Amino acid sequence: MTDFWIIATGALVAISCGILGCFLVLRKMSLIGDAISHSVLPGIVIAFMISGSRDSLAMLLGASVVGLITVFLIQIFQQSGVQADASIGVVFTALFAVGVVLVSLNARQVDLDLDCVLFGEIAYVHWNTIDVLGIDYIPKAVWILGFTVAVIFVVIGLFYKQFKICAFDPAMALACGIPVALFHYLLMGLVSMTTVASFESVGAILVVGMLIVPAATAYLLTERLSVMIVYSVLIGITCAVLGYYSAAWLDASIAGMMVTVAGALFVLAFIFSPSHGMLARLIKQRKLAVLHSQVS
Amino acid sequence: MKQTRHASPLTVTGLTVAYQKKPVLRNLTFDVPEGKLIGIIGPNGAGKSTMIKAILGLLPKVSGEVQIYGKPYAEMRKLIGYVPQRESVDWDFPTNALDVVMMGRYGHLGWFKRPGANEREIALDCLNKVGMADYAHRQISQLSGGQQQRVFLARALAQNADLYFMDEPFVGVDAMTEKAIISLLNELKAQGKTVLVVHHDLATVKEYFDWVMLLNVELIANGPTELVFTKSLLHETYGGKLAVFDQEDGATLVGAR
Repeated sequence: MTDFWIIATGALVAISCGILGCFLVLRKMSLIGDAISHSVLPGIVIAFMISGSRDSLAMLLGASVVGLITVFLIQIFQQSGVQADASIGVVFTALFAVGVVLVSLNARQVDLDLDCVLFGEIAYVHWNTIDVLGIDYIPKAVWILGFTVAVIFVVIGLFYKQFKICAFDPAMALACGIPVALFHYLLMGLVSMTTVASFESVGAILVVGMLIVPAATAYLLTERLSVMIVYSVLIGITCAVLGYYSAAWLDASIAGMMVTVAGALFVLAFIFSPSHGMLARLIKQRKLAVLHSQVS
Repeated sequence: MKQTRHASPLTVTGLTVAYQKKPVLRNLTFDVPEGKLIGIIGPNGAGKSTMIKAILGLLPKVSGEVQIYGKPYAEMRKLIGYVPQRESVDWDFPTNALDVVMMGRYGHLGWFKRPGANEREIALDCLNKVGMADYAHRQISQLSGGQQQRVFLARALAQNADLYFMDEPFVGVDAMTEKAIISLLNELKAQGKTVLVVHHDLATVKEYFDWVMLLNVELIANGPTELVFTKSLLHETYGGKLAVFDQEDGATLVGAR
């Protein structure tokens, strides 16, 4: 059963990250995902200090708020003339540092391990079960991640067309009356929520890998957004399964292995993708060259 | 809606736009007549695109008011079609031509309705009008610049608007596409629609547009082409940058930038 819950946790992280990651990659906002995943740390700590427990709903809320503040600050700085990459760098490192200080200040009173926040420990998820509606054998992480996945399904499902047009042509979307800013912050809110829901299992840092790498891989394999999202999710789940078994085999970090597998799959797609791959491009060029030499 | 039609399709009052404190558009006040092809002409940096974006609410205004058929812009959005500059979007986006054209219907669908068979039919029809029906399922990155521009135009048609804003639709397109666009614009005009086009090529202004706005931070002139597109007003608009000039008044113009 241990195997099952660990893989289930990884797969749920993969599903939520895979869906949201597609929109981040297409909007060229991969680094915003990175920024959010770091800067939610003070939100997690403050929620922890206030609620006095690792009550995950409070953390989910606290961190989502800080995630939105991050995006808001980055935008304010950009609009007042700071370079885009610099403003991302300033905001997330500064907020992350505040989080580190808060953790160290409270280390004695509270049981919040920095390593655990940053790297997670998916191997222990099955020990931490809660009783919901009389069902007591499902781990807490699976409940929280399942809830997150459900929210993402509902929001993206209802507003798919808005998210799509905002990603492709925000100016046109705005001109025809779609509240672009609202959907921007909605997406960012979902990313924050996913980051926090995942931090106990894969950690705040590796969640970035699950957000970006499967989506970037899927991008290389298809030319339709809906298919890209499905591929991204499937690739993420594959990473969770393969990552778990190779970690078990090597006796290595499970979360680390999951993202390593994601990286390897990306390289494979980069080389062998029939549409965008390096090999396909080389063959096409070779054919063109041959055609050219025959003509001249 | 009919009773509002006596009002001008677009009335702008005291529009000022600034980037960091430096004004890019100063106190523009004008209205445009219905059912005309209107060329917005001016040198680089004159604020032509900025004006369109400010009217559409894509850029913050320092001051000014925009009315569409006599009503505030926000209430009339469904009557407006917008064709942004082609470079403003990522053409590697995973989607096909038909899908992009269907986006023209999203504004009409409201919050929750999904695009369906009806939208698909409209989109195919619009692609057909720009001569792109054969490319409906082509991935957009595989289209040439001219074809991409025609897809954008088809999307604007799908919006079924009464007032169109087009930002440099003729830039970087082949001769065939330019002809296709111009015949489409004339068709829109014949249907009584109003089209504002940001335009660069002074050589074709007289041929394409029956109304011209000359713009260089301030509005220099706004009126029928034969009255406004004259040597002296162009000189005022372009300053010393206008190179070669006419035989008769405002006739042959070459190399204006």
